[in-house]
Amino acid sequence: MGHHQHIEVTSTKPYEFTRKNRMIAGVMIIIGLIAIIAQFATHHTQTWSNLLMNNFMFMGMALCATFFLAVQYVAEVGWSAVIKRPVEAMGQAIPVAGGIMVVIILLGGQSLYHWMAPGISTPGSENYDAIIAGKNAFLNPVFFWIRVVAYFVIWTYFTKLFRKNSLLSDEGDGKGYWLKNKSAAAKFLVLFAATESTMSWDFIMSIDTHWYSTLFAWYTFAGMFVTSIAALVFTITYLKSKGYLQEVTEHHLHDIGKFMFAFSIFWTYLWFCQFMLIWYSNIPEEVTYFMLRQDHYRGWWLGSFFINFIAPFVILMTRDAKRKLYLLMYMSIVIFIGHWIDTFVMVIPGSMLTAGHHAAEAGAHHGHALSLGSVGLMEIGTTLGFIGLFMYIVQHHLSKAPLVAKNHPMLEESLHHAI
Amino acid sequence: MSAAEKKFVYGIFNDDEVVVNAIGTLRSQGLKVKDVISPFPIHGLDHELGLARTRISICAFIYGMTGLSLALLMMYYMNIFDWAMDIGGKPSFAFYKNLPAFIPVTFESTVLCAAHGMVITFLLRSKILPGVEPHIIHPRMADDHFVMAIQVKEDTDLAKVESLVKAAGAVEFKS
Repeated sequence: MGHHQHIEVTSTKPYEFTRKNRMIAGVMIIIGLIAIIAQFATHHTQTWSNLLMNNFMFMGMALCATFFLAVQYVAEVGWSAVIKRPVEAMGQAIPVAGGIMVVIILLGGQSLYHWMAPGISTPGSENYDAIIAGKNAFLNPVFFWIRVVAYFVIWTYFTKLFRKNSLLSDEGDGKGYWLKNKSAAAKFLVLFAATESTMSWDFIMSIDTHWYSTLFAWYTFAGMFVTSIAALVFTITYLKSKGYLQEVTEHHLHDIGKFMFAFSIFWTYLWFCQFMLIWYSNIPEEVTYFMLRQDHYRGWWLGSFFINFIAPFVILMTRDAKRKLYLLMYMSIVIFIGHWIDTFVMVIPGSMLTAGHHAAEAGAHHGHALSLGSVGLMEIGTTLGFIGLFMYIVQHHLSKAPLVAKNHPMLEESLHHAI
Repeated sequence: MSAAEKKFVYGIFNDDEVVVNAIGTLRSQGLKVKDVISPFPIHGLDHELGLARTRISICAFIYGMTGLSLALLMMYYMNIFDWAMDIGGKPSFAFYKNLPAFIPVTFESTVLCAAHGMVITFLLRSKILPGVEPHIIHPRMADDHFVMAIQVKEDTDLAKVESLVKAAGAVEFKS
């Protein structure tokens, strides 16, 4: 820009986590706990699947925030310097999500994952399944638990490291700590590429144990990343509407809006690639995945596609739409709901089928035992609980440090960002 | 009224920052700065000039919709109407049931029409189609120099304009 007018950083103070907001988050967490307990009293598998899908979304929002942060470092991005603190705060939910995930799989793993059934890959056993036995080298409890622990250790380590260096830079050498984070981010991205792929197979794809899709990791990533960007948009628009982060202008909003728009399209692309190839080739062991969803979950399955594609495509296409604070805020809620339904369709049909298998093995009437699971008050309550937890963690960490890293080497560029 | 009837003089600059700053300075001195021609995009230039937003995106949308409709019509005619195809082992012969198979071609056709339509529209609007004699104001305007177009009247004192433009940082003046 021609005029080098000086822009003063106003966000020198941390966010104030008010009593009211603590109350709201607390009440939401309590609603979530009540919903989980109430559902557990009636249907175990449904509770575990519900918990898994909600925790997976929760984890995805945090994990992709750290991924986003790492990309900003490695690509030496300037414009995002003023929004790094909210991104850092979002990532802090990773260890919490990890703890919940371990509990869910320890206690409910056998209800969720068909391959976890005892004796399923032992030749001669009553419920021996040759296809699952063939996957035993990867899907066996020991290796599975090693992987699960490794994921959360790696992700937590890097999230905390980025945060630590960023906080230290407030006191001293901004460029030095930025360079440290940059080299850590490069390592993280390599590890992320590997762990994100196997994580999506472990947590989600192995529910439908017989089925596999080579595109699944990408597809899961796209969904998680869009949800994470939606959560980031919501956090930033909320902070701005409360008078914080005045450094974030419509130019920054435009860039985040572009991320939300672009990755919604990217998600659709992968959704469609996965569907179309399987639909076209029509191979029995592959199409069962979609037939289950088409026959019993048609509304949810197609609905998520339309909400996640048509809504952002039509509404966020224009330049002006991406620059409006409240429009972006509402779109982030719509996208969150859309991807909630998408995660529901990824998890619930398969785990309900697993429950059906178990019931059939136990001698119950198969048709009677196959309950489909649907979206009810319990699912919504659980989600509210997780949103409350996420809100609590993000606001807690935002209140620990100034909202803008004042010694960030690219802060000046970010303050003058204009597109 | 076409551009040819208007009279323009040109200030030639060799620094992007100087040319952007000169817009405000010269306008405050009463000159009609109409456009700046630059070899590369300058951030904030459009804003400083007060140019209206481009309408090429509206064109792109219309071209894209044209491509989309043409592709769907073509495939409906070929694979459903004229010679019904058994697609993917599913002999439904219904357009909407076979739609997934048509999406890739539809997508490509949309992109093709939108992209070519935009380029052709741009070339037409800028009068730089192949074979058209280009209007070169300064030999280095596509290299490292910036040209500022200032609209003047028949009776404007050009010597005064020249001194103002040079004072604002221009290295050359062309009338």
